[in-house]
Amino acid sequence: MGTAPVTTVRMAGRRPRRARFLPWAPLVTLVVMLGPVLAGILGTLAPAFGYMPALQGTGLSLDPLRALLEWPGLSRAVMLSLGVGLGATAISLAIVTLICAGWAGTRSFTMIERLLSPLLSVPHAAAAFGLAFLIAPSGWLSRGLSPWVTGWTRPPDLLILQDPAGLSLIFGLVTKEVPFLLLMTLAALTQVRPASSLRVAQCLGYARITGWLKTVFPLVYRQIRLPVFAVLAFSMSVVDVAIILGPNTPPTLAVQVVRWMNDPDLALRFQAAAGAVLQLGLVLFGIGLWRLAEIVAGRLGKIWVSTGGRGWRGPDQVIRGAALILGATAALAVIAGLAGQVIWSFAGLWQFPDLLPDGFTWRNWNRYGAQLAGPAGETLIIAGAATGLALLLTLACLEAEHRHGLRPATRALWLLYLPLIVPQVAFLTGFQTLSIGAGLDGGRMAVIAAHLVFVLPYVFLSLADPWRVWDAKHDTTARALGAGPDRVLWMVRLPMLLRPVLIATAVGFAVSVGQYLPTLLVGAGRVPTLTTEAVALASGGDRRVTGVYALAQTAAALAPFALALVLPRLLWRNRKGLLHA
Amino acid sequence: MSRYILKSLAAVGLALGLGAPSSAQDAAPDPADWKAVKQAAEGQTVYWHAWGGSNAINDYIRWAGDRLAERHGVTVEHVKLKDTADAVSRVIAEKSAGKDQDGSVDLIWINGENFAAMKEKGLLFGPWAEDVPNWKYVDVEGKPAVTSDFTVPTDGLEAPWGMAQIIFYHDTAHLTDPPRSIPEILEWAKANPGRFAYPQPPDFVGSTFLKQAVIELAPNPDVLQQPVNETAYVTATEPLWQYLDELTPNLWRSGAAYPQSSTRLIQLMADGEIDLALSIELNAPSNAIANYELPDTVRSYVLDGGTIGNASFVAIPYNANAKAGAMVLANFLMSPEAQARKQDPAVWGSGTVLAMDKLDPKDRARFDAIELGVATLTPAELGEALPEPHPSWMVRLEQDWTARYGVGQ
Repeated sequence: MGTAPVTTVRMAGRRPRRARFLPWAPLVTLVVMLGPVLAGILGTLAPAFGYMPALQGTGLSLDPLRALLEWPGLSRAVMLSLGVGLGATAISLAIVTLICAGWAGTRSFTMIERLLSPLLSVPHAAAAFGLAFLIAPSGWLSRGLSPWVTGWTRPPDLLILQDPAGLSLIFGLVTKEVPFLLLMTLAALTQVRPASSLRVAQCLGYARITGWLKTVFPLVYRQIRLPVFAVLAFSMSVVDVAIILGPNTPPTLAVQVVRWMNDPDLALRFQAAAGAVLQLGLVLFGIGLWRLAEIVAGRLGKIWVSTGGRGWRGPDQVIRGAALILGATAALAVIAGLAGQVIWSFAGLWQFPDLLPDGFTWRNWNRYGAQLAGPAGETLIIAGAATGLALLLTLACLEAEHRHGLRPATRALWLLYLPLIVPQVAFLTGFQTLSIGAGLDGGRMAVIAAHLVFVLPYVFLSLADPWRVWDAKHDTTARALGAGPDRVLWMVRLPMLLRPVLIATAVGFAVSVGQYLPTLLVGAGRVPTLTTEAVALASGGDRRVTGVYALAQTAAALAPFALALVLPRLLWRNRKGLLHA
Repeated sequence: MSRYILKSLAAVGLALGLGAPSSAQDAAPDPADWKAVKQAAEGQTVYWHAWGGSNAINDYIRWAGDRLAERHGVTVEHVKLKDTADAVSRVIAEKSAGKDQDGSVDLIWINGENFAAMKEKGLLFGPWAEDVPNWKYVDVEGKPAVTSDFTVPTDGLEAPWGMAQIIFYHDTAHLTDPPRSIPEILEWAKANPGRFAYPQPPDFVGSTFLKQAVIELAPNPDVLQQPVNETAYVTATEPLWQYLDELTPNLWRSGAAYPQSSTRLIQLMADGEIDLALSIELNAPSNAIANYELPDTVRSYVLDGGTIGNASFVAIPYNANAKAGAMVLANFLMSPEAQARKQDPAVWGSGTVLAMDKLDPKDRARFDAIELGVATLTPAELGEALPEPHPSWMVRLEQDWTARYGVGQ
C-alpha cells in the first residue's frame, strides 16, 4: 500500500491538474465523511421530535422525549453507559501507559507488542463470544478447575456474565481497547524518540516509570488523545459487545435504543430516535468529563514534575510487573477465547465439566465452510475499496496541508470525530433513508461509501499525527538537493512513514471488516459480509457455527496487520534507524 | 440543507462511478391469472427476508431456492435477519423516502405483532394468498390460526407457512419427572432454584411463556381473545404478577440476567446451567441432538392443559420489486412437497399447515413416511394448541414485565 499512487482516479497522470486537486482534497474528504453523518443526524432529530410522515408523525412534539423519560430503566441505563465508557477507557489507557512506561525499548516490550498487535484485528463480536465462553460459570476456566478443584459437577448459579454493574462488559472492552491504544501509542512513540528522553531522565536518577511518565508521557498523550476520545465514545455506545457481555436488566442505553428500533410496535421508533439523541448528548457529556479530568491531571502532573521526585526503585518494579501481568491477561484472555472458538468449530457434544469435547468433527466446517466464500469475497472487496479510498483522501489532505499550508484549525479536527462520536444507531437510520432517496442503497458501492464514513476517520487519526510531526528538515534537505515536492513525497516522506501508513491501512481494514449496522442498513441486507452473516447466525446461539464465522472474520482482518508488522522489517532490514521499535 | 448534502453525496457517488442498482419490474401481478404470474416471475430475483439464526432453517430455505431456480427461473436470495423487525424497519424507511416501487424486500417471514403493525400501516401487498393454486390444500377448517394471526384476520395478505407450538424440554439424565403445569413449574423451581430460565421478553418465546402463564392463571382466559381493555387486563394479570414475584428469585441467575433468545436455552442446557427449558419449534430438541448441541437423553413434552400454538406466514410488502416471484415462492412453500420436507425432523421438523384429507394419496404418503426424532412429539402427544391472545395483550404484558422485572428492581 505504501507505494500506491497518490494521484486520484479522476486526475490520473496529469500533474498540473493534480496540483489543482490537492487544495480541494480537504473539502472533498469532509463532504464524503460528514455529509452522511449530518444528514443522518437530521434524519434522527426529526422523529425524536415527532416528525416521521411514514408513521403518521407530521407535527412537532415532545411526546417521544416524554416517553423516553418515562421509561423506568432510563437512569440506570444512562449511568451504566457512562460508567462502562469511562471505566473501560481509563483502565485501558492506564494499562497501555504503564506498559510503555515500564517496558518500552526492552525485549519484553517487543514481545508484548507482538502479542497484542494482532489482537486489534480480532472483531469485537468474535472476541466477546470467546470471552463469554471463557468466564461463564460453565465456561472454559470453570471446566478446567472442575470438579477437581471446585468440586462442581454442575455449574454454579453465579452472576458473572451480564452482571448489572457491567464489569464483564468493561473487561471485554478493555481487552480490545488495550491493543488499539497500544498500537496508536507505538505509532506516536516512533515520532517522539522516547529512548533519549528516558536515558537522560534515568541519568538524572529518575526511576524508570517515574522518568517516563514525567518526560515522555506528556508528549505521547498529546498524540494519542484523539484515539482516546474515540475509545471513550465507542465504549459508551457499543452495541454488539454490550449485547453479548453486558447486562440486560436494563441494558446500556445504546442497546436499549436498538431494541426499540427493532420493536414490532412502530410507535417506539419515535422513542428510539429520542433515545439516540440522548445517547449523542451522553457521549458529548462523557467527553466533557474526560476533558475536565485531563485538565486536572495536567495541573497535578505539572506540580508532580516540578517537585523533582525521582521515584523509588522498589514500587517501580512492582508497577512494572503489574503492568506486564495486566497487559498479558488482556492478550491471553482474547487468545484463549479464540482458541475456544477454534475448538468449538470442530466440536461434537461438549458438556460441563469436560475440558474438551467428546469428539472432534469436520462436520461444522464442511457444512458452513463452503458458504463462507461469497461473504468472504464481499468482505475483502468492500474493506479493500473503503480503505484504499480512505488512504487516498487522507494522504491527499495531509499533503495539501503540507504544500499549501491548508492546516485545519484545531476546532476543525473535531469534525473528523463526528462519525466516531455520533452513535451509529442514531445517524445510520437517517442515512439509510437518505441513501434510499438518492437511489444508492442496496448495492456494494453504497456499502463502500457507508464504510468510508467510519474508515476515513480512523485512517486519518492513525496517520495524521505521525505525518505532521515528521521532521520538515528532511523536506528542506531534499528540496535543497533539487527534488520537487512529488519526489520528496515518494522518495523521502512515504518511505520514512511506511510504518504509520501500514498501520493506518490495517486499522482501516479491520474497521471495515467489523462493521455490522452500516452494512446491514445501507446494503439493504443484500450485501452479505462475514460480519453480517456471523451476527445473524450467532443469534441462533450455536457456538460451533459462531466459531466458524468468527474465525473467518478474524482471519480477514488479521492479514493486513501481519503485513503492517512484517513489511517494514523486510524493507528496512538494512535501515534499522527507521524502525524505532 | 439536507437536499444540498444529498446532492453533494450523489455527486460524489457519481464521481466514484456508483450507479443506481434498480430495474423496473412488473408492479402488481394478479394471482388469479396464475400463468401470467409465472411468466412475470421468470428471471426475477426474490429477496426473502427471514430470520437467519437457525442452521436447519437456513438449509431448508436454500433448498427451496434451488427448486425455484430449477423450475421457475426464479432466483431466491435469503436475507438472513437477526430480527424480523429489521425487515419491517426497512420497508418503513423506504416508505419514508418515498420509494413506493422497486423496494428491496420481496418476501418476509412474519406473524403476530409484526404482521399486525404492517397491516395497520398499509405496508403490505394484496390480498393474494388465498388466490394462489396451493391454497386449496391449506387446513383452513382444522387450523383456525392459518387465517387468524394472533386473532388478527389475515385477509389474504399473508400465506401460512408453518405451525408452531410451545414445548418444554428437559434432560432425563438430570430431571426425570418434569413439572406439567404453570403452578407446578413454580413448585419445582422453588425446590430447584436457578435451574429454569425463559428468554427475556419481548423475545418472542419469552413473551409466549408469559401468555401461557396468563392463560393458565387468569380467572377468565376468554377475555384474552378480545383487544385488551384496562379492567380486563388488571383482573386477568394480577395472578400472573403474583406468580412471577415468587418465580423470579428462583430463576436462573435469580432473574438478574435473562437469556436473550430461545436458542440460547439450548446452549444453557448443554452447559448444564439449566434443567428445564422451552421452545416454540417442535423439533428444536431433536435437531439439537442431531447437531451434537444436546445429549440424546433430552426429551420434550407439553403442559397438561395444552400449550399455545400459532402459525407463521410469508407476506409481500406493498412496494416489493419482485411480487410475482414472491408469489411463486410462497405458493411453492405451501406445496405438499415443500411442506412434507419441512416437517421432516432430519431437515427442519416444523408443523405443516396443510390438511391431510385434502391431499392426494401420493402426497399423503410423503407425510406418512416421515420419521420423528427421539425428542419430537407426535401430533397426538401435542394435543390441540391453545389459541394466541390478541396481539394487544402481548404489548401490554411486555411493557409491564419490563417495568417490573426488566430494569433491575
